[in-house]
Amino acid sequence: MKCSIASDKFRRKFAEQIEEICGERISLCYQCGKCSAGCPVAYAMDYLPSQITRFAQLGLIDKVMKSSTIWICASCQTCSVRCPRGIDLAKVMDALRILAKRKGIVPKEQIAPLFDGIFLGSIEKYGRLNELSLITKLNMASGRPFKDVSLLPIMLKKGKIKLKPQKSNPGKEVRYLMRKVEKLESK
Amino acid sequence: MMKVAYYPGCSLHSTAREYDISFQLVCRKLGIELQEIPHWVCCGSSPAHVTSHLLSIALPCKNLILAEEMGLDTVVAPCAACFNRLKIAKQEVAEDSKLKKEVQEVLGKPSAGKIEVKHPLQVIIEDVGLKKVEEMTRRKLQGLRVASYYGCLLVRPPSVINFDDPEDPQSMDNLVSALGGEALPWAFKTECCGASFSLSETDIVFELSGEILNEALEAGAECILVACPLCQSNLDLRQKGIEKRRGKKFNLPILYFTELLGLALGMSMRQLGLSRHIVNPSKLLERKLAVT
Repeated sequence: MKCSIASDKFRRKFAEQIEEICGERISLCYQCGKCSAGCPVAYAMDYLPSQITRFAQLGLIDKVMKSSTIWICASCQTCSVRCPRGIDLAKVMDALRILAKRKGIVPKEQIAPLFDGIFLGSIEKYGRLNELSLITKLNMASGRPFKDVSLLPIMLKKGKIKLKPQKSNPGKEVRYLMRKVEKLESK
Repeated sequence: MMKVAYYPGCSLHSTAREYDISFQLVCRKLGIELQEIPHWVCCGSSPAHVTSHLLSIALPCKNLILAEEMGLDTVVAPCAACFNRLKIAKQEVAEDSKLKKEVQEVLGKPSAGKIEVKHPLQVIIEDVGLKKVEEMTRRKLQGLRVASYYGCLLVRPPSVINFDDPEDPQSMDNLVSALGGEALPWAFKTECCGASFSLSETDIVFELSGEILNEALEAGAECILVACPLCQSNLDLRQKGIEKRRGKKFNLPILYFTELLGLALGMSMRQLGLSRHIVNPSKLLERKLAVT
């Protein structure tokens, strides 16, 4: 694998950005690979979790941000529990996703970030999650309009999903709360 | 009577109604009064913590403040994801004064700090006690072979959750044993089910949940016991799809621990909402426990 590593200054800046968001210091990683060995979704990633940490240490921001790994991480925290250096890698993955979203460099083929956006849109509107609208909107946005449609009748019959969305009275409060968070974060 | 604030979370009002129903019934029987937090909002779950750190803390804090305003000192959250997010928010705000200030600015109120966050398992084991539960048992589980599945968010990260073991938890197994069931040792207690990828990356759920079902069956389980609505949904709702992919029948009912506890305390399957499951547990329970 050939790639040129970033300058010292750039590397430090990237590590600082990560630390500012999640409080974790990636420089502590000494590449033992325990995180990758225990990761239940490593088989579906293009780079292993420990490789992502190494790329991040080297300031290879593009490689990190464009990898499928950060979107395939299921936040199960197995790596965080087992890291001998005490790095909460699940939190680092969160920070990388947050940075990618901020920079607007989310790979188009990734469905998880679409799910996140639609989910948050639902609670912004209703204060609580509306499952049916989440499923239909996600299916449309990801170009899989009929995905899971065969499960709908049984879910309705078993009362697992409702046609009418549940609402929290202060739905508006959540919208206001989200605006405030956005404002504070853009400062 | 113990009185606690109740945060059901979105799932217990939709896909996991039977968890809500059975938990409430069990609490009534055990002398725990649940008071649902008025106007609670979603905790933000995974979509919040992968999008904005501040949002992922502010949303749970809003609910913690609402719970504190009820004048109660404990809030109970049955969904492992909600439980996890409420615990994390409480701890991070307590440890980070800058974050605390930001949350306060967002919510317009000082963030909650005193209220304790508990999972129902903790309440039953630590506050009620297995001895009392055992004494109240009306119907022994008669050697029902149960694989207790804890998943990720109920036990991790241990520094925040501070309950049970993160790699080999025992609380549900101890409950099963106290009720007269056979708690099976198995290796997949805390393996991930695929969690919130249920809708977005369903193939991952098929793979991960498939392995869990397979391991449970190999260990001799007749059913899997869970304490999280997302784990339940992935193992139950997706089980048919998994069977098709693997070309193997599992037919493993996925029960909430509150349902099994309710049955042991003398309640009926109908009362507990057991007909809401996709993999029908009634044949197994009729045969093993003679319940209706």
